Amino acid sequence: MLVYLRKRIISSLLPLVVVVVGVFALARLTGNPASLYLPLNATDQMRADFTARQGLDQPLLVQMADYFGGVLRLDFGESLRTGEPAAAMALRAFPATLQLAATTMVIAIVAAVLVGCWAALKPNGIADRISSFVSMAAASIPDFWLAIVGIWIFAITLGWLPTSGVSGGEAWILPIATLMLRPFGVLVQIVRGAMVSALSEPYIKLARSKGASDARVVSHHALRNAAAPALTVAGDLTVGLVNGAVVVETIFGWPGIGKLMIDSILQRDFAVLQAAVLITAIAIFVLNILIDLGYALLDARVRPTVKA
Amino acid sequence: MSTIDTASTPSPVLDVKGLSVTLRTPRGTVRAVNNVSFQAQAGKTLALLGESGCGKSMTAKAIAGLLDPVAEVEEGQMILDGQDLATMTARQRRKVAGPQLGIVFQDALTALNPVYKVGTQLGEAFRIHQKLSARQARSKAVELMQRVGIPEPESRVDAYPHQFSGGMRQRILIAMAVALNPSLLIADEPTTALDVTIQAQIMALLRSLREENNLAVVLITHDLAVVAEEADTVAVMYAGNVVETGTVAEVFANPRHPYTRGLLESVPVDAVRGSTLSSIPGNPPELHNVPSGCVYQSRCPLVQEVCRITRPELLPVRPASATAAPGVHHPGTVAQAAACHFSEELAHV
Ligand SMILES: Nc1ncnc2c1ncn2[C@@H]1O[C@H](COP(=O)(O)OP(=O)(O)OP(=O)(O)O)[C@@H](O)[C@H]1O
Ligand code: SF4
Ligand SMILES: [Mg+2]
Repeated sequence: MLVYLRKRIISSLLPLVVVVVGVFALARLTGNPASLYLPLNATDQMRADFTARQGLDQPLLVQMADYFGGVLRLDFGESLRTGEPAAAMALRAFPATLQLAATTMVIAIVAAVLVGCWAALKPNGIADRISSFVSMAAASIPDFWLAIVGIWIFAITLGWLPTSGVSGGEAWILPIATLMLRPFGVLVQIVRGAMVSALSEPYIKLARSKGASDARVVSHHALRNAAAPALTVAGDLTVGLVNGAVVVETIFGWPGIGKLMIDSILQRDFAVLQAAVLITAIAIFVLNILIDLGYALLDARVRPTVKA
Repeated sequence: MSTIDTASTPSPVLDVKGLSVTLRTPRGTVRAVNNVSFQAQAGKTLALLGESGCGKSMTAKAIAGLLDPVAEVEEGQMILDGQDLATMTARQRRKVAGPQLGIVFQDALTALNPVYKVGTQLGEAFRIHQKLSARQARSKAVELMQRVGIPEPESRVDAYPHQFSGGMRQRILIAMAVALNPSLLIADEPTTALDVTIQAQIMALLRSLREENNLAVVLITHDLAVVAEEADTVAVMYAGNVVETGTVAEVFANPRHPYTRGLLESVPVDAVRGSTLSSIPGNPPELHNVPSGCVYQSRCPLVQEVCRITRPELLPVRPASATAAPGVHHPGTVAQAAACHFSEELAHV
């Protein structure tokens, strides 16, 4: 297991660095923060001073070296806007996103497993057709559109739900509903496909030959085999959720990492943006390890330490 | 059943009467098994013999109640321990599956669930039918592994299927089928995928299980040598029909259907195990294209006009030894029977 973890960390280090470098360079393409942070009538001298203070007059490579030097000392720089350490801001925003993403995925997975199994029991039956239509629709509606329509209907027209914020349970409903639709739609199709193929495997007949009931066949024999492909896709979807979170958090004013990213891009608050990206990348890295561990738990054949 | 029959032979463990199975295909509904009858007796082996595609596995799955969704029992009785499986509800059949009927499937080597320990899978029958705890089921699994000759069962019980060889997996599957001491064991080509030496070991295992537990065994095979060595009675199938049946001794000594005769002639006397039934020229008819009249007419060297018009029924034949009375085809008897208009003429050819 330790060998596996070490390998995994080493192989993930490079992509992590690439992401941070990329964001670092791209962020600087959005322009000089001086124009945002100085008064409109600021002199060229004031601009030059500001730029020099932020180190932005240095060549990109030097800036980058400085930054990584800081990162190694766990110094991620300060926010231009508030002067607060960037890492603190990112860490403060992260739990809100984590809660939103975790709740969304749990609901999406449970719902998708139930609907997917139900559909798989009778391929091309009525349940299968209904779920195929619903999941297709769910998977293809863009989340920003859904978020806006949701706010318009439930928050503005009906006034049932708040438009934004995190106050009380109701505030969770629209963001979760918006975010879970795509993972739900995609996962229903994956679970259904994996269950249909698992249910046609010889081990299903073997289980039935021992007198196993339909419920036992589905829950004990097919589902565990169908879980591996579903896990892969659920992992990708969770990563994708971070993208969705940027949009959905911005629309719903959810104080998570996505909103922090957008705000810091708009404010050219580079240190905060980089810290937010880094923490997201680390979260995705941890998620991937968890998924690998999940595989190993599900299926002995992929357990790295077990030798045949 | 007449009194004479009950006196001469005990009532069979399995009595299949007029079983027909239909199959829905893109080209229409066809009969994959047609009016099949045979019996299996306690402590004896009945061989279902026939070329690939003749409906052997379909017959087995129909009896086990595990037909694919595209297949369906159209008519017939399958009487197991006096109860007709064909009229049972799904729940009743689940009660039978395991305690009364064990089956080893043809694709057995891939049939174990890859994600569970073999011990868990061996213990499942006890969990389902006897409501044993996981721990009790595990110790039952160890006993079973011992019974079918798997070395070091105490440690192997926690291994996964991919950690076993083909022969060992087949032993595990056989153990699973006999776990609850059923009265009937169906073994569908239990040795086809295995090495010759392993084949012999598996057949020996089946034999000893049969003898110890007075099992009725239905052994599906297309291997004449296996039939000759292992079976007491045989039902020869062709294109979904039983074309000849009887004791192995009688049928092999004096085949009364041209197909059986062809099979026996096509294999040299010192036949090696594993030789398959492919040496008769031509192919069996496709299911949606079975001719009216005799099913074997397209390959039969003795075909006559009448064969193309009327389908011969499976009827008892007069024993080759002229002194004996004609066999009476009755449930419970193993009189030789053949489905050929000219079976009598074949007696002394
Ligand atoms: N699920 C299915 N869908 C379509 N056709 C099927 C299906 N199962 C069996 N068949 C057809 O039914 C016929 C009988 O098949 P069956 O499996 O009983 O043959 P078999 O005698 O066991 O042959 P083998 O020796 O190859 O195992 C074959 O023609 C086969 O192609
Ligand atoms: S009935 Fe005719 S065609 Fe059929 S096996 Fe007998 S001789 Fe051959
Ligand atoms: Mg078969």
